[in-house]
Amino acid sequence: MREALIVSRKFSLEESHTLAVAQEHGAYKTLKKLQNLSPLEVIKIIKESGLRGKGGGGAPAGNKWALMPQESEKPSFLAVNCDESEPGTFKDRQIITKDPHLLIEGILLTCYAIKAIHAYVYIRGEYYQYQQVLQVAVDEANAAGLLGDVKITLHRGAGAYICGEKSALLESMEGKRGHPRLKPKQPEPEWYFGNPTLVNNVETIASVPFILEHGAEAYRSYGTERSPGTLLFAMSGHVERPGVYEAEFGVPMMEYINHFGGGVKNGKKLKAVIPGGASTGVLTAKEAEEVLLDYESLRAMGVSLGTGGMIVMDEETSMVAVLKNLLEFYHEESCGQCTPCREGTGWVDKLVGKILDGRGSSADIDELLEIAETMNGKTICVFAPAVSAVIVSFLTRFRDEFEAAL
Amino acid sequence: MSFSFTKANLERIEVLKNRYPSTQALSLPCLWMAQYQEGYITLDAIDVISETIDVPAMEIYRVATFYTMFHLEATQKKRVLVCKTLSCKLCGSEGILEHLKGHDVLVEHVECLGSCGTAPVMQIDDVNYENLTPEKVDTILEALR
Ligand SMILES: Cc1cc2nc3c(=O)[nH]c(=O)nc-3n(C[C@H](O)[C@H](O)[C@H](O)COP(=O)(O)O)c2cc1C
Ligand code: SF4
Ligand code: FES
Repeated sequence: MREALIVSRKFSLEESHTLAVAQEHGAYKTLKKLQNLSPLEVIKIIKESGLRGKGGGGAPAGNKWALMPQESEKPSFLAVNCDESEPGTFKDRQIITKDPHLLIEGILLTCYAIKAIHAYVYIRGEYYQYQQVLQVAVDEANAAGLLGDVKITLHRGAGAYICGEKSALLESMEGKRGHPRLKPKQPEPEWYFGNPTLVNNVETIASVPFILEHGAEAYRSYGTERSPGTLLFAMSGHVERPGVYEAEFGVPMMEYINHFGGGVKNGKKLKAVIPGGASTGVLTAKEAEEVLLDYESLRAMGVSLGTGGMIVMDEETSMVAVLKNLLEFYHEESCGQCTPCREGTGWVDKLVGKILDGRGSSADIDELLEIAETMNGKTICVFAPAVSAVIVSFLTRFRDEFEAAL
Repeated sequence: MSFSFTKANLERIEVLKNRYPSTQALSLPCLWMAQYQEGYITLDAIDVISETIDVPAMEIYRVATFYTMFHLEATQKKRVLVCKTLSCKLCGSEGILEHLKGHDVLVEHVECLGSCGTAPVMQIDDVNYENLTPEKVDTILEALR
């Protein structure tokens, strides 16, 4: 597998989080390029690079940037999403602790392109120790005069998975409960106190400096035609060397797991892999052997790439227990606004609990699938549809295990 | 027993007022400050926050109760947050939870802490302790006493 270090290039350096080391290795060099580029030209380069959002959805970043008004009476804002609460995902924390200046450089470039005056980084409450590393870096950059006219404010969350959803994040940043907002019919920016705002994931923004330094083509030289570039893929669960390792899109999943992760722990056989965070469905060992790590290949298997945080499970894992664990999570984290989600997550959790305890019947499996169908649609955000897809994915691939538990 | 922000926090609040389009954005920062001052959030603190940022007290209360990291009740014990989500479960969090029953701490079962690659994990006073074993838990809690 060829090396592809775009975001994690400086991660292994001693003291990589300090301004001195970062600058010694090229940090903030791209800011000079802005003298010869208009904001629209920067957006054009990002569009050409094919950069896709790395918070889970994979939306083309350039298109979102282009929705931001270049002329506006209201101020524009950037909100960087560091809520990172999707189980199996722990990549953004690597960026803010190992190369915070890369993120800050990306923020400055992005703010220039979308004419934002202020960037907020929304950081989950549980990441306070990592937030402090980023704060020191922001202070250092500010003291060195690198921030120019841009203000950067770190905003701490307080424990709520749903605040990673972009509109819930903005509600939370407005000081309210983290309730997702109804989606507009037409593409438009997000709104922070009524002002146009761009929301992007930490890793998306941290990919911007490379693209401006080396050009869109250089970024596209990694990955596939439709999934260009790299991702900080990650592995956890039953794997010898869990962790975050950057790779280009399109590498075979098992090659990644074996090469970086040293294969399944204790020489056991593989049973299943959750491809990119808890909400992305599940793959059998056979599917994992075949699939490539890009958005399209995983989609074709009926699951999603998500955040690229793979959860590896060995032959001894009970898939009923795994689904129960995930449904507890969703039951706990539903924001409660929509009835199918609030009630549905409770029901399915209870039903799978019943099956796990050996008290289930085949009617329970049918009911699970029925509830899953009700949850798929007519909700304010895609949390409930994602839970629905998770249930269906477990029941279609491991139905015999659920039946054996009855 | 009434609440007032420390001088340092009042200064921080003034700085923050200039960094947001509306003072309402300060509800989470103020709740954090109040919680660090007293260990939990009192109804008096909610009233003071309400006045400070000009948001109805009921709204501040609704916000405080939405987020799992805000505590509206006091405890004398150390709070130990243990992740019970999938990667930690696959790597032995249940054994850690069982082991913690032998310690005089307040154990909270929480969802994924973003340490899935270094599971199992617990968080105490904002610090993650990773790759836990029962022995390691003993050493950590002993050192924090
Ligand atoms: C339930 C839910 C949780 C989410 N959590 C996160 C998160 O923790 N971090 C993140 O960057 N995006 C998260 N997202 C995606 C965001 O809504 C948004 O699409 C993303 O931050 C946009 O940035 P990107 O295009 O750079 O990925 C979540 C979405 C949903 C529906
Ligand atoms: S789908 Fe669930 S999480 Fe999303 S808004 Fe509705 S209740 Fe909240
Ligand atoms: S599952 Fe425990 S830290 Fe992520």
